[in-house]
Amino acid sequence: MDVNDREADLIGALCGGLPLVSRPFAELGRAVGMDEDEVIARLHALSTRGVIRRLGVIVRHHELGYRANAMVVWDIPDHEVSETGRRLAACPEVTLCYRRPRRPPAWPYTLFTMVHGHDRAEVEAAIAALAVREGVARHPRAVLFSLRRFKQCGARYQRRAAAE
Amino acid sequence: MDDTDRAIVNALQGGFPITERPFADAAAALGLTEDELIGRLRTLLADGVLSRFGPLYNADRFGGHNTLAAMAVPEERFDEVAALVNLHPEVAHNYRRDHALNMWFVVAAESLDRVHQVLTEVQARTGLPVYDMPKSREFRIGLRLEA
Repeated sequence: MDVNDREADLIGALCGGLPLVSRPFAELGRAVGMDEDEVIARLHALSTRGVIRRLGVIVRHHELGYRANAMVVWDIPDHEVSETGRRLAACPEVTLCYRRPRRPPAWPYTLFTMVHGHDRAEVEAAIAALAVREGVARHPRAVLFSLRRFKQCGARYQRRAAAE
Repeated sequence: MDDTDRAIVNALQGGFPITERPFADAAAALGLTEDELIGRLRTLLADGVLSRFGPLYNADRFGGHNTLAAMAVPEERFDEVAALVNLHPEVAHNYRRDHALNMWFVVAAESLDRVHQVLTEVQARTGLPVYDMPKSREFRIGLRLEA
C-alpha cells in the first residue's frame, strides 16, 4: 500500500470530482479537515508518485463521437515484445498498450493495444497503416471490435478509484 | 460543442494545475475567464460529454489488484452468462467482442486472492473456462482523445 491514511481521505473526497469553484482545493480540504496548502502539497505528492495519473476532464468516448473501439492484439516473439511495445505505445493512434500472458492454444497473442475511432472503417484503416509503418505487419494479429458494452464500471471499482 | 469546448476538452485531459486558483490559471492559458471556464465545464458535465472532472488514479498503487479475463461463450448462453458475470461487484468493463473469445471483462478487487476467487466463481457458475490475462507490463496508459 503506497497511500497513507490522510492521502486516502483526500482521494476519497476527490473521487466524485473536483468542485467547480474558484478555490476547489480549499473546498476539498474542508471536507477532510485539511487546509488548502496541505491539500495542494498532498496532491502534488500523489501526482509525483504516480498514484494520480492525471487530473482533468474525463471524457465519455461515445459522446465525443468515438463510436468504434478495437482491441488489437499481436503475437510478437518474446525477445521482441519490449521493443515493439514501446514503439506501438508511442503511436498517436494507440491509447493503451500492455503485455499480457499468452493462453495457448486459445490465445497466442501477447501485446494488447487499443485503438479508438469515429467508426469501424476509420479504425481498420488506422490499424492497417500502423502495422505497415511500425514494421509489425508480418506478425499475426487479431482485431476485436467491441460489439456491446454490458457494464462500464463496478460499484466497488467506482468507490475505490476510477482507474484505467 | 463549439470550438471553445473542444479546446477545453483537448487541453484539460491532463496537466490541470494544482494551485490556489486552478480554473483561473487554466482559463488564462485558453484565453478565457475563470467564470467562463467553470460555466462551460458545468455544461459539458450536464450534457454528458464529460463523465467527471477530477483525477484518474492508478489502482495498482492502492494495493488493489485487477486482471483482464476472457471467455468463449456459446451464442445461445451469452445473455445468461453476462448476467452471472456482472453480478459480481468486482467486475467492470464487460465488453462483447467479435472473436471466439467473445466476452472480455476486468476484475478489480482489494486482493489478488479475491480476484482469483471471482474468476473461480465465474468458472464454477457458468461451467465455462475463464482465461486470466493479467498485465505483465504496461507500456502506455494515456487515453486522450481529440474532441
